[in-house]
Amino acid sequence: MQSNDYIKLQVCPVDDSTSSKSTVGAANLSFIIRDEDHTLGNSLRYVIMKNPAVDFCGYTIPHPSESKINFRIQSKVNEDSTAVPALDIFRQGLVDLKQMCSIVLEKYEENVKNFKEMETN
Amino acid sequence: MTSINDIRTKIKLEDTELLNTTSTNFPGNYPGYDDRLNLEEFKKKLQIQILNLNDTTTEFDIIGTDASITNAFRRILIAELPSMAIEKVHITENSSVLPDDVLAHRLGLIPLRADARLFVDKAPGDTRECEEDTLIFKLKVICKKNPKAIADGNDDPKNLYINSSVYTEHMEWIPIGNQATKYKVEDIGPVFNDILIVKLRPGQEIDLKLVCHKGIGRDHAKFSPVCTASYRLMPEIILKEPIYDQDAEELQKCFTQGVIELEDDKNGRRRAVVAKPRLDMCSREALRHPEFKDCIELNKIRDHFIFSIESAGAVPPDQLFIDAIKLLMSKCDRLLQEIDGNTNN
Repeated sequence: MQSNDYIKLQVCPVDDSTSSKSTVGAANLSFIIRDEDHTLGNSLRYVIMKNPAVDFCGYTIPHPSESKINFRIQSKVNEDSTAVPALDIFRQGLVDLKQMCSIVLEKYEENVKNFKEMETN
Repeated sequence: MTSINDIRTKIKLEDTELLNTTSTNFPGNYPGYDDRLNLEEFKKKLQIQILNLNDTTTEFDIIGTDASITNAFRRILIAELPSMAIEKVHITENSSVLPDDVLAHRLGLIPLRADARLFVDKAPGDTRECEEDTLIFKLKVICKKNPKAIADGNDDPKNLYINSSVYTEHMEWIPIGNQATKYKVEDIGPVFNDILIVKLRPGQEIDLKLVCHKGIGRDHAKFSPVCTASYRLMPEIILKEPIYDQDAEELQKCFTQGVIELEDDKNGRRRAVVAKPRLDMCSREALRHPEFKDCIELNKIRDHFIFSIESAGAVPPDQLFIDAIKLLMSKCDRLLQEIDGNTNN
């Protein structure tokens, strides 16, 4: 089991040659997510790609022996040079994936209940 | 010429390749389509139809999700749901023909009936046997000659010897700590009583202590709670031209039995009709026949999954699927916790 100070999510520093930008408001970010594989990577990529503010989203597993994924999000730059922060997009993607799972769970539990009721009758 | 709707919703099966296999319904790919994530629409479109459900297997349809999410559920079912299995075998005596490691390997693969959620994970180097993370079994069998054997030339070992075959029913649960009050004897043990572990002859004996831990399939396949979990996409067969009589019978042979049926036409001829595309195993045999190649279209519907789960016996399959969905949600929670924790710092 992981202890509390184990870092699962690591945000890579923004390599902007002009100044050391904080990662909080950056439009393009790479993440390293530890102890994950295609299970979370592909489903999260799908949900984040459905976000119209996203320009690019992809993930890769650098080496199959190490269980970590590199996840990249680049958000679209609007006409006024603003862009939704990549961290917000990532967070929204996780929230949306969780919502989708809970909708599937609800429907499945309902259907199991109906099936079992039909069987007993 | 495939229409845009077909590209978005179906995988086309050609004789040498498959087309349009990836989901492309993302915002900006198709002008005029709004493909952003809309959870209300997702909820309306999502359908789950359970075909059968019993203690060991279930088959159900999920319609409306994407392959990435359905695959995540499948991967979690196989590799990340916890279960209990024999991890360490303390061998006091093993004079059977199987070497120690082979015997221990066989014991590890025995499916155990124990709800893994009631147990805690064990740290890797921890050898203490606590009541919340360990189950102990004893297996002590001695093979002897049967004094009451019927000596009529019958060579059956079950007749000549006592305990010539060691089955899982010989495993005896030894409760530790408060396990005797917490669990009933019927709830803890191997799922099947008639799994043959090893065969013995007179003079051979095994005296083992079996220590069980909680683990996940990713560590070792013995911890996987499903025999397997798999899904396939719903096939679609379109007959572009009517096919009659002899040709129709030929066409029927190209598909799995039951997929194509012959119907009587009003002119007295028998016409081929697609009756149950669900049964088709997509061999694409019909595309190998030049006379049918241009008359039929074979597709798979990209968001209709026929999911099948067979449990190893410890947990019923519908409960396993519910646990898999909850595990994916908890993975998202874990990351959300880290994000929210870090932005506060």
